[in-house]
Amino acid sequence: MLTVWAILIDGFIYASWLFLVAAGLTVIYGVMRILNMAHGSLYALGAYAAASALGWYYAGGGDQLWMAFAILAVSAITIGAVAGLAIERGLLRLMYGRDEILMLIITFAVLLILEDVMKLVWGTTPYFAYQPYAAMGRISIDVLTVSRYDLMVLAVSVVIGVGLWFWLERTRIGKILRSIIHDREVSTAMGVNVGRMFTITFMIGATLGAIAGGLTAPIISVVPGIGIEVIVLAFAVVVTGGLGSITGAAVGAIIVGLARATSIHTMPELELFIIYAVMAAVLVFRPYGLFGRAVARKI
Amino acid sequence: MTTDRTELALIAVAIAVAAAALFSPNWLVFTLTLALSTGMVVMGVVMLMRAGLVSFGQGLFYCLGGYAVGLGGRFLGITDALALIGLGVVTTVVVAMILGLLVTRYREIFFAMLSLAFSMILYGLLVKSHGLGSTDGFGVVDWTLFGMSSESNGSLMALMLAIALALAIALFLNRYFKSSVGLACEAIRENEVRVEYMGISRQQTLYINYVIAAAVGSVGGSMTALAAGHVDPTMAYWTISGEFVFIAILGGTGHVAAPFIAALIFTLVRTYAIELAPNAWQMILGIVLLLIILFLPKGIWSLFTRKKRAAS
Repeated sequence: MLTVWAILIDGFIYASWLFLVAAGLTVIYGVMRILNMAHGSLYALGAYAAASALGWYYAGGGDQLWMAFAILAVSAITIGAVAGLAIERGLLRLMYGRDEILMLIITFAVLLILEDVMKLVWGTTPYFAYQPYAAMGRISIDVLTVSRYDLMVLAVSVVIGVGLWFWLERTRIGKILRSIIHDREVSTAMGVNVGRMFTITFMIGATLGAIAGGLTAPIISVVPGIGIEVIVLAFAVVVTGGLGSITGAAVGAIIVGLARATSIHTMPELELFIIYAVMAAVLVFRPYGLFGRAVARKI
Repeated sequence: MTTDRTELALIAVAIAVAAAALFSPNWLVFTLTLALSTGMVVMGVVMLMRAGLVSFGQGLFYCLGGYAVGLGGRFLGITDALALIGLGVVTTVVVAMILGLLVTRYREIFFAMLSLAFSMILYGLLVKSHGLGSTDGFGVVDWTLFGMSSESNGSLMALMLAIALALAIALFLNRYFKSSVGLACEAIRENEVRVEYMGISRQQTLYINYVIAAAVGSVGGSMTALAAGHVDPTMAYWTISGEFVFIAILGGTGHVAAPFIAALIFTLVRTYAIELAPNAWQMILGIVLLLIILFLPKGIWSLFTRKKRAAS
């Protein structure tokens, strides 16, 4: 029974983190039909920005927890928005209208470039920003202890998920974005500035990736290569749920999160394997993911 | 098709390379072997590209080929290089025949990412298997070729074997590309629904193509293992597969020789780039990839064909 509780708690905490990482990826794909391989690099950028800003704050003698979070949020959001704007305006804009698969390769090139840019800026030594994580302490639920920071990440994840849903389903911009998803040409004809909407979408997706990285920075040691690991996980989540669907990303995150937690508590050696096994199993029965829709092929 | 000069040219180049190798320094012999092995794996990626599919998981078969050599030598006591490569091909074909049933149902990014996921499954399993050295991998035992041991002059033997295998694969694929299955693959890339209307099964065509591409990738992996004398799980990591895609795009799909030339350029540049600017190597790759997509979408091979057309 204890194991079941542990699996549930760990599973949902991991799922909330997975959702944070995957949300930006699925938003960008949903609207722009670009599977952004550089998403992991944006995550890493957010982590590096937050870790170095926090390091600077704590080195200067700061010890206010709320200040630390403000710094974390501002640094991650700033670098995500700036990088997103630069990538979309500087490169992707020139490539619109090409094959989805070519866009995948182009974002792979962006990933390669960003990986080394980060190495040149931050070096290869690890960065640590454990202070907020340590300062928040742990609470005990029955005999299990859970870090308060992890619970906060879970809360942030829920807020971002609901916020994204509200933005897409209940606001004017959301409605315009949905019209672009359904028919790009007709939307253009009706006076929608598709170019600007793409810029906004990409910036938001990139910022979400950076926020995920920023929030993760206090939990991990920030080293080169963290983004490359993350993109594969995020991809497994969005494909399980259905590419381009926010609900799908949430459900995919919960399924993958619980599956991984089950594996860690019962068969730890299968940890990595189980994530992709779940994905492959879902795809055998639902080729476009749980919430994805099949696309008709043109003749 | 009365006289195919491509075949003669390939044989001539192979003999020339083999002759030149006898007088080459050791580092060049090793680099050439690696380039040829990589070229074989990239041939597999190119085969899929001709059918309109981009695989970010060819490392799966590369790794299977490599590990078959390592494990076959270690646990089965096989030392003959050709038998080890054959073991890799058989294993890979069995795996590809199972996976092919699933992945050939997918196109575009789904195919790309699904193949990526499968190679990451193998990576995950190998990293967790401590008996096989986990992330460090393990060494390949000394091998033999026609009874000759690799101990005395292994690197030159590996190169000769690589040249022979690369030539065989290039000759085979040159004919395969002109066969009905090879041509059907190109037709599928252009418009697969019309291919079905013509009475060709796209599923079957893609399946055959996928399995052959996997087998070719496995030979490349086995050759790498024999030459480098070491295998580790990174062979299945998706960034390695990304490099294969990069080389495939660099060379283009225009000719069977293109992947080998691109692989040679890649291996040579990497040797120097890692020494001179270890932290900028990936950035160079990324920038070159973007430049090729923008200005040379058919790869460097299009430079040769363009010149030829201008001359005639």
